[in-house]
Amino acid sequence: MLTDLTIAQARDGLRAKEFSAVDLTMAHLHAIEKLNTRLNAFITVSHSQALDQARAADAALAAGEARALTGIPLAIKDLFCTAGVRTTAGSKILGPFVPPYESTVTANLLRDGAVLLGKTNLDEFAMGSSNMTSAYGPVENPWKRKQDETAVLVPGGSSGGSAASVAARLAMGATGTDTGGSIRQPASFCGLVGVKPTYGRCSRWGVVAFASSLDHPGPFARTVRDSAILLGSMAGHDPKDSTSAAVPVPDFEAACARGVKGLRIGVPREYHSDGMPAEIDALWQQGLDWLRAAGAEIVDVSLPYTKYGLATYYIVAPAEASSNLARYDGVRFGARENGEDLRDLYERTRAEGFGPEVRRRVLIGTYVLSAGYYDAYYLRAQKIRALILKDFTDAFAHVDALLTPTAPSAAFAQGENMDDPIKMYLNDLFTVPANLAGVPAASVPVGLDANGLPLGLQVIGKPFDEETVFAVSATLEQAAGFTALPAIRAGG
Amino acid sequence: MSLDHATVRRIASLARIRVEEHEVEPLRNELNGILGWIEQLNEVDVTGIAPLTGATNMAMAMRADVVTDGGYADKVLSNAPERIGDFYVVPKVVE
Repeated sequence: MLTDLTIAQARDGLRAKEFSAVDLTMAHLHAIEKLNTRLNAFITVSHSQALDQARAADAALAAGEARALTGIPLAIKDLFCTAGVRTTAGSKILGPFVPPYESTVTANLLRDGAVLLGKTNLDEFAMGSSNMTSAYGPVENPWKRKQDETAVLVPGGSSGGSAASVAARLAMGATGTDTGGSIRQPASFCGLVGVKPTYGRCSRWGVVAFASSLDHPGPFARTVRDSAILLGSMAGHDPKDSTSAAVPVPDFEAACARGVKGLRIGVPREYHSDGMPAEIDALWQQGLDWLRAAGAEIVDVSLPYTKYGLATYYIVAPAEASSNLARYDGVRFGARENGEDLRDLYERTRAEGFGPEVRRRVLIGTYVLSAGYYDAYYLRAQKIRALILKDFTDAFAHVDALLTPTAPSAAFAQGENMDDPIKMYLNDLFTVPANLAGVPAASVPVGLDANGLPLGLQVIGKPFDEETVFAVSATLEQAAGFTALPAIRAGG
Repeated sequence: MSLDHATVRRIASLARIRVEEHEVEPLRNELNGILGWIEQLNEVDVTGIAPLTGATNMAMAMRADVVTDGGYADKVLSNAPERIGDFYVVPKVVE
C-alpha cells in the first residue's frame, strides 16, 4: 500500500520511479474519500490543487530537480493560512475566510515540493485538548479500545484532525501547532511522533494567532526520521515574524542516527504524581531503561516550579488570546451579525461566532488584564513564568535532555472530561511547561495500554537543540519497536 | 477573588461579547471555578523576580524602515463583505 509508506520510503520510491507523485497523491485522496466522512479529520480537501501539485512534482522528478519533499502528500492544520484555500481556525467566525496569502511554514513546504491535500480539523482557535470544541464537529480517533470497539475516542487536541489523518494513513505527515501540548498530546493519543520545536524555530507568520508567546508550529509523522524531514523544511528564519530566530537550520534527519551514548538524561522528580496510572509510570521507567541500555546516564533533576505551569498557562494564554481575538469584529472579513449600532454589531457577531470554550478564555483573559487585576494575575503569572524558565535553565546545566510521560492518560472517549473545564485542562499538565519556557519537546509512541491504546513519552531538550531531541527520540523508537496499527486506516 | 453577577457583565462588555441574562449565572460559576483553581499561584514568592514577557529573553530585531510589500488592493479586499472601488463598505459606524 502506497499509504503505508513512510516519507523517507516514499521519497526514495519517487526518485527511483517506482511510482509517480500522482499515484501517491491519488492513493491518499482515495483514502480521504473513503474514511473522512467517518473520521471528520479534514474540514477542506483541496482535491484539484493537490493533483496539480503532484503533476508539478512529477515534472520536477523527471527533470532531476527533486527537493526534500517533492511529491509527498501532507495535511495542514486549518490554522495555517493557505492562499486561495478556506482557513477556518475551527471557528464559525472565520467560516467564510479565504486567505489571499500563504503562511511561511506552508510556503516552505511548497517550496520543497510538498503536495497539500487539505486543511485538518482542530479545536476552535486551537483551544482544547480533544477536538471537541471545533465548530466543524468532532474528530474520531482511528484507534479503538480492544474491549469496547463501539466507544468513539477523541484524537486529542487541538491538532486532532492532523493527528487522525496521519494515523489513519490519509496523509504521510501533517503540520500542527502547539500552544500548551496541541501537537504532543494528540501525537500520544494517536500513536504518532509529534514535535514542538524551540520557540522561534518555525515562523508564526500566517498562522492564526491564539497566544503569540506560546504558539509553536511543528510536524506530525509516523516515524522520528519523517518528523525530522518535515521540521527541516518547515523551519527557518523569517523576517516577517519578529520572534523568528535568525539561526541556521541543522540537518535534523542526520541527528536521528546520533544515538545517546554519553548523554545525560534528566528525570524531573516533580513529574511523578500519585494519580499517575501505573502503566504510564511503568512505561516511563521502561523508557529510562532503554536509554540507559543505549549508553545514556540517567540523572535525577528537580523542576520545583513546574507544578505551577498549568495555572500560569491559564492566565498567560487567555490574556494573549483575548488580545489576539479582538480583531474578529465582523467588519472587514469573517462572519457578521448585524446590530442596532456598532457596539451591538460587535457583541452579536462575537457571541454568535465564538463557541463556549473560546468565550470562556476570552473572558478570563479580559478579566486578568483589566484595571485593578493586572498585577494580581497577569504580572504575577509572568514572574512565575520566569521561575519556570529558570527551572529548565538550571536543569540543562547538568543534563542534555529530559524524559517524561507526554499525557496523564491514553485517549478518552468523546463526551468524557467535558463536565468541568479544569479536568480537560489537566491533559496538558506535562506538556505546558515546555511552551512557557520555549524549549523543544517531542512525543514518541512507545507502547500500548491495557486497552490497546497508544501511549507516548516526551523528550524535552535545550533551546535550539532539537538535534538531541531527535537523537533521544530515535533511540526510544528503535528500542520500543512500536508497530501497532490503528483499527481504522486506509487499506485496513 | 470571586466574580459577582455585575462583574461578569462588565467583563463581557469589555470583551464585546453579548451574554444573555440566563447565561450569566452558569458563566459566573465556570469562571469562578477556573479563577479559584488559579489562586494556587498566590503561594509562590515572586519578590524581586523580573516578569518574563515572551517565551525567551530574546531582543527585538531591528529592520530598515522601508516599504517591502503591498500594492495589491484587490487581494487585501478579497474578503470584504462589500466594496466600492478600493474601499470597504461597512455598516454605518459614525452617528
